[in-house]
Amino acid sequence: MDLTQTSATALLSELRSGTCSSLELTRACLEQVERHDETIGAFLRVDAQGAIDRAKSIDQQRAAGEPLGLLAGLPVAVKDILCARGVPTTCGSRMLETFLPPYNATVIDRLEEAGAVLLGRTNMDEFGMGSSTENSAFQLTRNPWDPERIPGGSSGGSAACLAASMVPLSIGTDTGGSIRQPAALCGVVGVKPSYGRVSRYGLVAYASSLDQVGPLARTVEDAALLLEVIAGHDSRDSTSAPGEVPRYSETVSQPLEGLRIGLVKEHFGDGLDNEIAEAIQEAIRTYESLGATVHEISMPHATYGVATYYIIAPCEASSNLARYDGVHYGYRTDTRAMLQELEAERQQLSPDADEDRLDSALVRMYRRSRAESLGEEVKRRIMLGTYALSEGYYDAYYLKALKVRRLIRGDYDVAFDQVDVIAGPVTPQPAFRCGEKADDPLSMYLEDLYTVTANLAGVAGISLPCGFTREGLPIGLQLQAAPFQEEQLLRAAAMYQAETDWHTRRPPLA
Amino acid sequence: MPLSRSDVERISLLARLKFGEDELDRMTAQLSQIVQYVEQLSDLDTDDVEPMAHTLDLVDVVRPDERRPSLSREEALANAPRHDDECYRVPAVLGD
Repeated sequence: MDLTQTSATALLSELRSGTCSSLELTRACLEQVERHDETIGAFLRVDAQGAIDRAKSIDQQRAAGEPLGLLAGLPVAVKDILCARGVPTTCGSRMLETFLPPYNATVIDRLEEAGAVLLGRTNMDEFGMGSSTENSAFQLTRNPWDPERIPGGSSGGSAACLAASMVPLSIGTDTGGSIRQPAALCGVVGVKPSYGRVSRYGLVAYASSLDQVGPLARTVEDAALLLEVIAGHDSRDSTSAPGEVPRYSETVSQPLEGLRIGLVKEHFGDGLDNEIAEAIQEAIRTYESLGATVHEISMPHATYGVATYYIIAPCEASSNLARYDGVHYGYRTDTRAMLQELEAERQQLSPDADEDRLDSALVRMYRRSRAESLGEEVKRRIMLGTYALSEGYYDAYYLKALKVRRLIRGDYDVAFDQVDVIAGPVTPQPAFRCGEKADDPLSMYLEDLYTVTANLAGVAGISLPCGFTREGLPIGLQLQAAPFQEEQLLRAAAMYQAETDWHTRRPPLA
Repeated sequence: MPLSRSDVERISLLARLKFGEDELDRMTAQLSQIVQYVEQLSDLDTDDVEPMAHTLDLVDVVRPDERRPSLSREEALANAPRHDDECYRVPAVLGD
């Protein structure tokens, strides 16, 4: 049995029955990383020794008959954006290259309590800003299905390591599609939970009203298991939703009777790749054969999603990223060179000129520290948000976008009165080539067309494999459900997965 | 409405960023393009719509006002680029 090809749920039975140990499994995962990650580049750092020690300790606890958590002995990869005490957490940025968090994110605590073996940190677009993982300051991540292509983003490393069978489970974050889009492009499963379902404590903030942590896996059952572990109220996050978390892993395989599926007519307009449109239609026929009914619905404001998102998210980002000032943590410019520059500029001033025209030493330190350590896309979004929030523009941009956000949520509320889940594409096109959109930020933003509305409205979404293009690139099916209806969402997804074998296909790694 | 180069320079000070000459040209062109795109929202009549800053209707989330352990000074200072035993160190703010 090839442990790296086995689902997390099946591995748990192997571990329980003693047919394999966590140490064997962890070593198999590390070997797979060793063999393939030089090409794929999914991991920023692998903690081989820490993982092996942890696996041994879980095996000992099991042998001693101690009570074990839901993930006991399973290797999990974590996006490099969740704080873990003493573990480098860079967010793919030079700004945080040397940052060592002094505390654990709640999600990290929950993974550890559940007995997960934290294998390493995955690559990402800097601070979560991007759709290709090309905005990482450290390395490219390649799509395991075609190394010339991007894995999607911003959780590109977390999706690629699953597709390349390096781990059975990984953690990503989704602010505008950053779990679902890479899951779709890499042919794996990714869940964006409802806003408030998973604690954001210790998640490095990008856009606080949109960010959610979520699971990636190779099967819907595995994603359900991981979501069950990380979900739940947290008193340290005031936006965390109270209430019990259903046992997703126990109900996920139960089909839904009389499932009502909505198809958004606005999703099938211009710009959607033909092969993706066909794959989605085929998936819908599969649902019909299982007794589901299909209803055409309209979400008239869906097409405004990208414009709304690219006002709200940059506004929140410009505020959140103001904390990177080169004082409390993170990168600081060479202050000696900075002071020399200031002195030289003073010398050049004519005697009667006003010295206030020059940036003070402190302002100069902020500006240089940020300019030297933040990447281009992060700067672009900080600039955009600062502009949209600046005097005279606030009403026209930010306030306007908040109102359209309400309209988008209203579209969802109307839709979920008529249907249980909304089905549609995740991305307008399959994985594109590395560098293809590097000089065209707007075309990169339009990648998020089908995913941003779920974040704006706070609803739950999942991406699962539903086919391949003729070129052999994965296609994702997106299902969305009303806030806190993850149980329905996962059951609906598992119904489709049970009828198809797309999720079992693996890329031919070199 | 396209942004001018001087708009972008002014915003870069507000944002505590700094751009070289080439970067400034590129940023001006890209931001103008994006701003033009997002201006499609003005097509929508939103006069009677309540803004939505957050999707969860949680209000007044409070915890008991109890003393709890917090980071030690040493831990809080540990990541600072420059610090002494007690404080973060920055270039002189007042005078020289």
